[in-house]
Amino acid sequence: MFEITALLRQRFAALRSDAEFFSLRYVQQSQQYLSVRKNIAEPPFFSRDEGAMLTVRVKGVEAYAATADLSQAGLQQALAHAEALARQIGALALLNLSDQAVASERRDYCSPNLEQPFPSLADCFDLLARESASVPDDSRLVNWQASLGVSNLEQIYLNSAGAELRQAQRFVYPGFSVTAFDGQDSQTRSLGRDNFGQQGGEDVIVRCGLVNAGAKVADQALQLLLAPNTPSGVRDLLLMPDQMMLQIHESIGHPLEMDRILGDERNYAGTSFVNASDFGTLQYGSKLLNVTFDPTLGEELASYSHDDDGTPASKQFLIRDGVLLRPLGGALSQFRSGLDGVANSRACGWNRAPIDRMANLNIEPGEQRLDQLIGGIEHGILMSTNRSWSIDDARNKFQFGCEWGQLIENGELKGVVKNPNYRGISAQFWGNLSAVGDASTFEVLGTPNCGKGEPNQVVRVGHASPACVFSQIDVFGGDA
Amino acid sequence: MTATPLHSFQRLAAYLQDQVRAPEHYTLGYSAEHSQFIRFNHAKVRQAGEVQQASCTLKLVNDGRQAELQFTLCHDPEVDQQRLVQAIEQLRQTLPLLAADPYLQLNDEAWHSHSVQEQALPETDQVLAQIKQGAAELDLVGIYAAGPIYRGFANSLGAFGWHQANSFNFDWSLFHRNGQAVKANYAGQAWDSDAFALRLRQAREQLEYLGRPLKTLFPGEYRAYLAPAAMDEIMGMLCWGGFSAQALATKSSPLQRLFADDARLSSMVSIGEQISGSLSPAFSDEGTVRHDLRLIEQGRGLDRLVCARSAAEFALAANGADGHESPCALSMAAGELAQQSILERLGTGLYISNLWYLNFSDLPAARMTGLTRFATFWVEGGQIQAPVSTMRFDDSVYSLLGSQLEALTAERELILSTSTYGQRQTSSSHLPGALVKRLTLTL
Repeated sequence: MFEITALLRQRFAALRSDAEFFSLRYVQQSQQYLSVRKNIAEPPFFSRDEGAMLTVRVKGVEAYAATADLSQAGLQQALAHAEALARQIGALALLNLSDQAVASERRDYCSPNLEQPFPSLADCFDLLARESASVPDDSRLVNWQASLGVSNLEQIYLNSAGAELRQAQRFVYPGFSVTAFDGQDSQTRSLGRDNFGQQGGEDVIVRCGLVNAGAKVADQALQLLLAPNTPSGVRDLLLMPDQMMLQIHESIGHPLEMDRILGDERNYAGTSFVNASDFGTLQYGSKLLNVTFDPTLGEELASYSHDDDGTPASKQFLIRDGVLLRPLGGALSQFRSGLDGVANSRACGWNRAPIDRMANLNIEPGEQRLDQLIGGIEHGILMSTNRSWSIDDARNKFQFGCEWGQLIENGELKGVVKNPNYRGISAQFWGNLSAVGDASTFEVLGTPNCGKGEPNQVVRVGHASPACVFSQIDVFGGDA
Repeated sequence: MTATPLHSFQRLAAYLQDQVRAPEHYTLGYSAEHSQFIRFNHAKVRQAGEVQQASCTLKLVNDGRQAELQFTLCHDPEVDQQRLVQAIEQLRQTLPLLAADPYLQLNDEAWHSHSVQEQALPETDQVLAQIKQGAAELDLVGIYAAGPIYRGFANSLGAFGWHQANSFNFDWSLFHRNGQAVKANYAGQAWDSDAFALRLRQAREQLEYLGRPLKTLFPGEYRAYLAPAAMDEIMGMLCWGGFSAQALATKSSPLQRLFADDARLSSMVSIGEQISGSLSPAFSDEGTVRHDLRLIEQGRGLDRLVCARSAAEFALAANGADGHESPCALSMAAGELAQQSILERLGTGLYISNLWYLNFSDLPAARMTGLTRFATFWVEGGQIQAPVSTMRFDDSVYSLLGSQLEALTAERELILSTSTYGQRQTSSSHLPGALVKRLTLTL
């Protein structure tokens, strides 16, 4: 681990620059993706990536150059290019960062269970083949796939103020899905995939529930195929954690990103219905809503000690008792806005610059068990596992769809319904939060696929949440 | 003297040829770029940098088994050769652990393709000066991405392809004080100062309409005109598995009913994969020569995109599709509606410049939802009346491009991808605008 440290230190120390500040962020990632589809192993895919971004500050103007050439000459050349660019854009620069503080800490961070070896390739394929083979023989089951992605990351941040921050992490993404088809309609039921990822090792596979999942997921796909469409109308809505994560992500996470509020993302990812003046005063949701930025849950995807600009990360309430307190804004956004933020300046790799991103964004548990949540609903619906997401560029009007729905009448779970969709407006939706599940309903989830930024970046984000109930929501089904 | 990317790739391919041992086979893909990225906010530079990256993807095949490894190149020939050797060794150790792959299919055609476009790109100072001059008092936000892109392919059966092109893509928006915005783009291979100034002026003129009081619409059904950029969002959704042989066979395609002949689009709708003349490489990522295809002809599903693996699994003929089987040069046939007649033919309804964040609300029914974004106007009597606040639509493609399609424009727009996920993309679409009798707004 961190084998390149001594070499990097030596080369960083030998860099020559007239800049008042410069930094080097080295990233090495190796990945492995395995899949068995309909009992046939697909060709395994591996990747190894390594490079560094050099960032400079010249007369308060920052610029970067990213290179995979880690030789002394390669790093020096990248630094020189970054310097030249900073001087070139100086007259047109939006920001003067002369007074912005820089990181100077030294710290190592590792994923939990990183020292434990991950199961061998053969063992992984055996598991996937076993789950694939457990799908029953039924002509309506037209496709199924068991998959396992593993990503290992080492990152070393050095800067001219003496900071040295090293992180070694392993991310695991198990998944299983089955598609059933009746000649006209098709329904897919899944486990994990884009809705589940954690840091750790073999323990993540167990926590995801991949082992012995095949037959159960297949049965649920067939149930969906036989189910009626979700009825249209207004109902109370019970969202399970694997849909809550999407709800949190799209209608709390993105609107609270400070760079959106400052306008950087208006051309691509969008803006926000939240204004800078709303922090400290806006009633974002009901008094039951407590949202935290929490980098301390070891297994959650975006747990870390420092962000990619070197800012130390700690748990912070973004929303407490429904009141909006602070944005998702890293050191730069805090400098620009004057607001307190969090350590969420993140990049997807060595070839992209850090920007404000979600990291671990969680809803704190409440006090009700799942049976109590269901028991408190007279006319409602349970929805589970996101499959469709769409929200406007200010992150307000949304429409989300799930794989699995079950009606709730008079406090009891009733029949399964297919194509469960719902729509609402963020600024009102969280005010309808009427019950929050306790720790027994709380799940740590996450996705590797959050896209944003110009140039574009995909980063991993964690979301942990209990099941939650929202009153009087507009729900509807599909055409089929 | 530093080796060119082509020479680096040729050297690696030659070295690899010496390393493999019969009956092993290999394919080697190459992807590189040297990009400049300049972000703007409030017409000033928010963030700027350059990225130099190159990677190879090695597939090793032996004894009916295959595995793939992608690795980054560092521009040092010795280190890159070491990485190639390490990749070969890892794949050699992997193959015996795998079961024989029944869908393994090697393309044994020894094709050759070479395309190099080295037209000089504008100097960064020139671009910055022109943006400063034209947009100084405007609220401009966006990104300028420029530089050479390289793609290569070689295999042990003698195929070799090289694609190299310089390009720029300036993608920006102008914002009115009221928060409304107009989207614009200037992209290509040769920067023309007059052409850029014209684009900026056109966007500025549209911005004036956005200063009028906002009109708030209620959910319901409306006549609508979807400009080519809005159509591009709808096509983007259909490209998400719509034409994929695997998605169609496994019932995860939004166009499964069209290709099963259970549904039809309007006879006005013909869509092709038009590789020839496009900016995309002439060869796929898995090393086959791409073909022009007729995906939808007069409203009926026709060709599907078939990669080598799907060809073997579903007993189809491979036709040069990438492994993910998405179009990379989509071309939709034009109609007869003249550009100057759009507002008159629309009469009363919505003029929609762009759509945003589409997704499926019922995939097998090709029913999708999304939102208006950037310069959407309410039109009455053929005249623009007011900008419209953001609205959500939820409708089936079989309605929008089927029973409710009234006309397609005679003029089409070439839209070059602005996507930079992982690397700058080379895909494009060539699309008309569409006049629809009924668009369902829901929120």
